[in-house]
Formats: sequence, C-alpha cells, structure tokens
Amino acid sequence: MDFGLSDEQQLLQASVAQFLAKENDATRLRARFDAEEALDAGLWRGMAELGLAGLAVPEAHGGAGVELLDAALVAETLGRAAAPGPFLGHTLAGLALALAGSPEQQRTWLPRLATGDALGTIAFAEEGGAWQPEEWRLTAGRTIGGTKLHVPNGAAADLFVVGLAGGGLGLALRAAGGVATEPFPGVDRTRRLDAVRFEGAPCEALPGGAAAAGRVRDAGLVLLAADAFGGASRLVEMSVEYAKTREQFGVTIGHFQALKHQLANMALEVEPARALHWYAAHAFDHAPDDAPRAAALAKAHLTERFLQVARDAVEAHGGIGYTWECDVQIWFKRALFDRAFLGSPAAHRERAAALAGW
Amino acid sequence: MDLRYGPEYEAFRAEVKAFLAEHWPLRGDEAKLGLGEQATRFRKRAIAAGFLARAIPQAYGGSEQPGDPLKAAVIREEFLRVRAPLDPPGIGTMMLVPTLLERGAEWQKQKWVPGTILGEISWCQGYSEPGSGSDLASLKTRGELVGDEWRINGQKIWTSSAQSADFMFCLVRTEPDAPKHAGISYLLIDMKQPGIDVRPLKQMTGSADFNEVFLSDVRTPKDWIVGKRGEGWQVSRTTLKHERDSIGNAAMTEVLFKGLVKLARESSRGGRPALEDPGIRQRLAAIEGYVLAHKYSGYRQLTANLRGEDVGILALMNKLHSTNIGQEVAKLAMELLESDALVDPASATRLFGVAPKSGAGWVAQFMASLGVAIAGGTANVQRNVIAERGLGLPRDWAAQQSK
Repeated sequence: MDFGLSDEQQLLQASVAQFLAKENDATRLRARFDAEEALDAGLWRGMAELGLAGLAVPEAHGGAGVELLDAALVAETLGRAAAPGPFLGHTLAGLALALAGSPEQQRTWLPRLATGDALGTIAFAEEGGAWQPEEWRLTAGRTIGGTKLHVPNGAAADLFVVGLAGGGLGLALRAAGGVATEPFPGVDRTRRLDAVRFEGAPCEALPGGAAAAGRVRDAGLVLLAADAFGGASRLVEMSVEYAKTREQFGVTIGHFQALKHQLANMALEVEPARALHWYAAHAFDHAPDDAPRAAALAKAHLTERFLQVARDAVEAHGGIGYTWECDVQIWFKRALFDRAFLGSPAAHRERAAALAGW
Repeated sequence: MDLRYGPEYEAFRAEVKAFLAEHWPLRGDEAKLGLGEQATRFRKRAIAAGFLARAIPQAYGGSEQPGDPLKAAVIREEFLRVRAPLDPPGIGTMMLVPTLLERGAEWQKQKWVPGTILGEISWCQGYSEPGSGSDLASLKTRGELVGDEWRINGQKIWTSSAQSADFMFCLVRTEPDAPKHAGISYLLIDMKQPGIDVRPLKQMTGSADFNEVFLSDVRTPKDWIVGKRGEGWQVSRTTLKHERDSIGNAAMTEVLFKGLVKLARESSRGGRPALEDPGIRQRLAAIEGYVLAHKYSGYRQLTANLRGEDVGILALMNKLHSTNIGQEVAKLAMELLESDALVDPASATRLFGVAPKSGAGWVAQFMASLGVAIAGGTANVQRNVIAERGLGLPRDWAAQQSK
C-alpha cells in the first residue's frame, strides 16, 4: 500500500516548476495573458524540450509514455503557475492517437506530437454544451462538415481529434484543407479557444475511437481537476502571503480572526482534495472500473473548489483583488475555464450518479 | 502509487485471520462469562500474539511491536469484520496511557498501564470547566497539599463516562500565584470516594453522554501527580505517539455517507425514490466529493506515516473536514426525511460516525453532528489551529495578550 508520489514524480514536478519559475515569471505571465497572439511559440517549444509535449505518447513513438498520474502532476504544476499554452488539448490528442489510432496513424503522427513539431488538439464541443461522446452530432464519411466549438488553440493546431456522431473519433489535418477557424473571445487568456468549421475536410476515423473517446474524456477530466488543484492551492498561498504583508489598524491583516478563518476555510477546501485528483489519475491506469466515476467526481469537486477559492481570494485581497493588475484575476479566469471545459460540475455529478446506479 | 497491500501484508492478514478463527468468539464455559471478562481474556491472548497494545512496552503488559500503520490497519479491518474487541476505546488508552508512558513515574506505569490496556481499569478526563472551554488554561479547580494528600475543590464539565470510571486524570490549579499555564498540575484521582458528585448533563438529543463532576474536598495521595507541580499543562500536551488511525476515521465517514444514499433510496419524492430526483442526486454527488477527498487523504497520511514523512497542513484538518462532512450529510438527511423529521430523537440510540437506521436516529445525528463539531476543540478553534500552525498566520490576539 503506497498512496504517495515516487522520487521521480516529485522530481518531475520540481523540474517543471523550476522551468516555469524562470520562463513564466509574473511579468511574462501578465504579458502573455494580455497578448494578442494566441500562442507563445517560444514557451511551448521550451515545454516540449522538457518533454511535456510527449507525456502521453508511448516510448516506442518517441514520447515519455507515462501513466496519467504523471501527466496530472504536470497539469497541477502548470495550474499552479497558470502556465499559458496548449498542453491540455495537445496531450489529449496524443492520448487519443495512442489509444485509438491505426499503426500507420501512430507512426505518422505520434513522433511529431512527442517532439512538439506538430501541434495537436481536440475538437469535442458542439452547440448547446454537447461535450460528451454520446452527445456528438457531427457526422463524417471521408470528409466532415460542421462546426466544433471551444477547440483549444484551434487556430495553431496541425492535427484535430474530432468527436463524431456515434461517439467515435476522427482525425482531420489542417494541411489537408477544408478547415477554417475563428477565435472565440474566451475569458481565460492563458488557454485560447477557437471555433473550427470543417467544410469538406478530409477525415480518417481512428479505428479504436468509439472505445477510446470516453477514456480520452476521462483523462481530460483528471487533467482539469489537477490543474484546478494547482491553481487553487496557489491562490490560497497568494491570499495568505497578502494577509502577512498588508497592514491595517497598525498590524498585518492576518492578525484578524475573520480573515484567518476565511483563509483556513480556503485551505480546508483545497488541501484534502489533492488526494482526489491523485486517486482519479491512479484509477485511470490501475482501477479501470472505477476510473470514469472517479474522474467525473474529481473534476466536479476540484473545479468547483477552485472557482470558490478564486472568489474568496478576491475578497481576501480587498479592492486590489478586483483589479486587472492583481494576478488573482488570471487564476480566477483559469478557474472558469476548468469548471466549464468538458462539461460543468453538475453534468459530471449527474454522470457520477448514473454510474453509481443511483 | 500502489493501493494493494502486497504479499507481506496479505500474509500478515492471513495470520490475523487464523488467530481470530481460533480465539474469537470465546468457546465453552468462557462463552458464558460476562462480556467485560470475555473481552479482557481475549485481549490478553491478542496481546500475547502481538495484535493489540502494540505501542505499549512488554514491561507494562503490552506487546511492544515495531510501529507499522499498515499492520495496524489490517488488524483493525480483520477484528472489526468478526466484531472482536480492539484496544479499549476509551480516553484511558487514547490519552492517559501515552501520557504515563512518556511522563509518568515507574510505579505509576506499573500500577495503571496494564489494567487500562486490558479494559479492566477505566478513566475519565477532568479538563474542561464551566468557565474554561477554549481557554482551558484559565481553569480554577484548586488543589492544595495538606500533609501527604492533595485536597481538591472545584467543578469539571463535559466529563464522559464519569459515572462508571474508576479514576480521573485531572488538571488542577495547585500554584495559584504562578502565571496561568505554570500553575497547573496533572493529578490522578480515585473516583470511588466521598466528595465526588457526578451529575448527568442532558443534551439536546435527550440522552446524557456527558456529566458535570463536583469535587468537594476530594483527596488523592501526594505522589499521584504526573510530572512535577506546575508542569500539568505541558504534561497534558504530551504528544500521542500512536499508530495514527487516519483511515479508520475516513471509513466511518464513508459508512455514514452510504447510509445517506440508502435513506435517499428509501425516501420518496413525488411518488418516486428520492434517489431519482435530479436535485438530490446533485447534492449526494457533491457530498461524495468531500467523502472521497477525506478517504484518499487518509491513504495519503497512512503512506506518509509509513515513509516517516510529514504530511503537512493536512494533519491539522482531519477533525474539521470530517465534522463538516457530517453536518452536510445531516442536513441532506433532514430534507430526505420530510415529515419524518418531526420525530423526537430521544428514543434513538446515540450514534457517532455510524449511519443511523431510523428517522429518529437521523434527527439525533443532525444534532450530534454539532456536538462533534464542538467536542475536543470547536470548529472555530480548529480554524485557528489551521491558520496559525498550518498557514503561519499570527497568533490570536486575545490569546497573545492573556496572562
């Protein structure tokens, strides 16, 4: 029985954190948040050099082939730093190909995804909040026509894993034509979204797509839960730090019990939930029967905690917390993304209820 | 990460099972003995086998096993499965014995530890007073040394098991001129003597789990003191060096939650089981998020203990987290009961941490969940602890100023 991180896992987190502390310090994070450009290619290149582009790609195809827990620990670290970039969509696209691609699709694309030479993303959502495989309506023959919404870094992506009617997955390539994108005015400017219109775009089915789509979704839920944990714990730290420095009535405001209790409650909402994303990630590889439900509950719980803690953090910072110049707003908006992307907490709680046979 | 116990512990589990198959329940004439006597006899055998009193030296009747939280978890699981007695659950084993082992005189350990760990000697705790709750160190019960005896006068409150306990470990002000914390001594008192008046405190649930204890010229020998005069506060803070049972607590929460799901299945909404109501399903799943966070945090703490690592702020959160969950469960249960929530809980058995089985039981739990949030450090005190020791925020001003 061991429910803790290995030395390698701790090292992985530390090296990603160290990279981000240097390459995504507060000044650069703010600049990226405000930037017109949707994607900072230099930062993503650096992350790819660190191996983060190929986490979900099997070693045989040049990736790290890690278990989901390791990817979740990276997602947590990225969430702590509110790291901008395409990690989520790219990782899920790689996972989809690894789980469901034909040998040829894998040979062609996985090595390029692993190095970051090609950028992958997932195109799942449709009109009306249709995120789940059973809700997808886009049909595909040899080509696809129709629109997918909220596609991470759709404008920059080379490769789209597209959710299809019947719950299968298709592979569409920008280079093959018939793909038009339009930026979505997203609230979270660290992870940009686009609407993607396919007009007669050539599309190959991923042979194992129908079986893998739910797994890819579950992995996405875990990565979002992990990101939410990282972001939420960072917000608790920022709020505590502020309480230790800001003075009123001649003392730091951390002396006041009303604020101490609010901060204690924030920490209490966050810290025990760390184990929830750990377990959901672990279950993905080691307890497949429990994995879908664990992922759904972890996503619902942690993304909701993140958003509540973000609201509390604004309050704990007082007036400055409500401004654009206070970094709390960056995590606040990241919390809105984590909560809504791939479906709301309510949607996943209902799924969890159904999965429990309630 | 690996949630299996692994071959070593599965072998140990087989050993525990074999022991239980042979020794519990008692057989023949022994099966006719009183339950207390049966438990004592069984515990002696379980200690000899190394399964109980694991942290207690053999010199004082324990089995003196190396600390191993995983083995402790296996023992607990298997003993509970066949309802065999574990270490006596009271405050004597949990608090007094570790305190005596660390701070007691040799003769005190000899005299009290063996009987306590077998369940033959029972204890109550004399800490809180009517005027001293969260500010415990302001306590006023006086102890005066007259010849070879302490004479003790005052009043204690919230004393569980005071009617039945053989002894009390008690915080008493013996140095009235010393500063607040330095004026307290830790005395042991025989409860079966004149001058001790135990009055049950009826709770809002109608049952009486606590007492007031009035002490009028109560006597105790001069050397029934643990630590020196004026050291009682430190003695009472003695760290409990236990195989911490983070999993057991989470398992209770899970049982309570399963009871809630069952209640939802059996209650109805608009002619259908409440469990099919979308709003109820949302609330159940939301609570389950906390229940599972608590459960897996228990695994995290167990692992940290096994590795000898510090789990950080999480260790300060167990009580508040579990009481919060208990309260959410209780509130949803009230909604599920609808008009059954009108029932007086007084008839129900008091149930802490175990799922109630009737409407009255749930109403009792609705109230008891508040009792748990207060007993042993109120939720607000817990928040102070998390904020001060966990987050490193300044100490409470009032506490800082008080002398």
